[in-house]
Amino acid sequence: MSDKQRQVLDLLNEDCRIPLERAALMLGMDIQEVAEIIDTLEKERVILCYRPVVNWDRTQRTVVEAMIEVKVTPQRDFGFDAVARRINSFAEVRSLYLMSGTYDLLIQVTAPTLKELAQFISERLSPLETVTGTSTSFVLKRYKQDGVVFDQPDEDRRLSISP
Amino acid sequence: MSERFINPAISAVPPSAIRRFFDIAGTMKDAISLGVGEPDFVTPFPVRNTAIESLLDGETSYTSNAGILPLRQEIAWYLRNRFQLDYAPEGEVLVTVGASEAIDIALRALVRPGDEVLIPEPCYISYQACTLFASGVPVPVPTHAENDFELRAQDLEVRITPQSRVIILSYPSNPTGAVMPLERLREVAALAIQHDLFVICDEIYAELCYEGFEQQSIATLPGMRERTMVVSGFSKAFAMTGFRLGYLCAPRAIVAACARIHQYTIMCASRQSQVASYNALKQGRETKYADVARMRESYDRRRRLMVQSFRDMGLPCFLPRGAFYAFPSIRHTGLSSEQFCERLLHEQQVVTVPGNAFGPSGEGHIRCCYATATDKLVEAFVRIARFLDTL
Repeated sequence: MSDKQRQVLDLLNEDCRIPLERAALMLGMDIQEVAEIIDTLEKERVILCYRPVVNWDRTQRTVVEAMIEVKVTPQRDFGFDAVARRINSFAEVRSLYLMSGTYDLLIQVTAPTLKELAQFISERLSPLETVTGTSTSFVLKRYKQDGVVFDQPDEDRRLSISP
Repeated sequence: MSERFINPAISAVPPSAIRRFFDIAGTMKDAISLGVGEPDFVTPFPVRNTAIESLLDGETSYTSNAGILPLRQEIAWYLRNRFQLDYAPEGEVLVTVGASEAIDIALRALVRPGDEVLIPEPCYISYQACTLFASGVPVPVPTHAENDFELRAQDLEVRITPQSRVIILSYPSNPTGAVMPLERLREVAALAIQHDLFVICDEIYAELCYEGFEQQSIATLPGMRERTMVVSGFSKAFAMTGFRLGYLCAPRAIVAACARIHQYTIMCASRQSQVASYNALKQGRETKYADVARMRESYDRRRRLMVQSFRDMGLPCFLPRGAFYAFPSIRHTGLSSEQFCERLLHEQQVVTVPGNAFGPSGEGHIRCCYATATDKLVEAFVRIARFLDTL
């Protein structure tokens, strides 16, 4: 990755809705150049999508969320990738990571109700033949996600004027 | 009634013009402040944690007057490797309570009653006051937007008299963001040598230069080391304003004179600030000052945004290549700097600092700090444009 690509990514990471014109101004590049860099990053699947970080607690929508530690038996020739692909296909799975340590996969799942989440684990995840064990922890409160602190008052602790 | 006890020399020094705006701004809840003079980054965690661990370890005693030796050693290494400055940790480096203390004790150590101190302005607000506190005579040397606010040798030379003793050089500049190219430094150095003047070089913003510019220290020029004091600190580049940690570096005899004032008045800088600053430099050495680079890059983006936004509104704005301020001209509005800032604050709740707070040649400008979140900057620009439309 070039330094210019890194700079574009840093800026988009702060605010992916930044107008192209302002991004170009802040980066000292021309608009066309920034557009081309973003286009390349999208085509190369470095940038996969643009989504808001939502604090669902501030909405009427209730979501049950859990982290599931999963032990699996890696498959010959495919390792963990085959089972990961299978788990990826479930709509409830929001994130999936291969981990070092005492378990193999970490799955972040969401479901509308506790019952539906339980059904996902017992009827869809656990029966997979390569899954040898699961341990589920429910998310009680979200403090920070993707570098964004939830419920942080928008305060500047600095004096409004200083020399 | 108690006023009669006050030294008239102190009463004669006017309070900072910034103070009045601070009092007004403090009453406004929705104000967006472009009036700050410090980073909007919190000190990196490992540096903060060093101070915490020091406290937990019970390190609560005084340090040596000059500051803990490991810190002075790191300062010397940093200056040598980043700025080609060569100072001995023992005897040529003094750790102070911010660069502000360094300025104060330097002037008290160097200036005799009636000595003249040449101060390029607009400039940081303490130089003139500290000169007066030291019984010196401040001699403002105006700099101009058309010269990119660089100090021009001819402007300096015409103000040199037999009473001239010190030049204060502060680049990158607060409030203008100006830098001082090497050829201009050489001209000033030649005058300093010709007239046997001492230079106090405030390099607190030296790390914050943009567009590939690097601010060279005048102390590196031939014949200048013996007559130069380098003042710097951790507030700006390392985002450590609240730690109040600075330092001065100079030939041994000068440092000894400053240390004499320091030992009787301050004793030493806070131990926790010293160990935190030591760690900031030590980690910086290992990471090639990655935190500083990250912050500088962020300021740089906002610098471009602010300058262009002012220009788009029709406010001429010199392109600053250092610090984190823009200094647009508001002259064509017909308002004075103070009128502009006061009305902008009352009518649109945007805090800026009148240019004349930094000296008479700052009149006609306002100082705006871009070390503020981008969304707030953008909102501030909308409000300023709205204000300009009403004029």
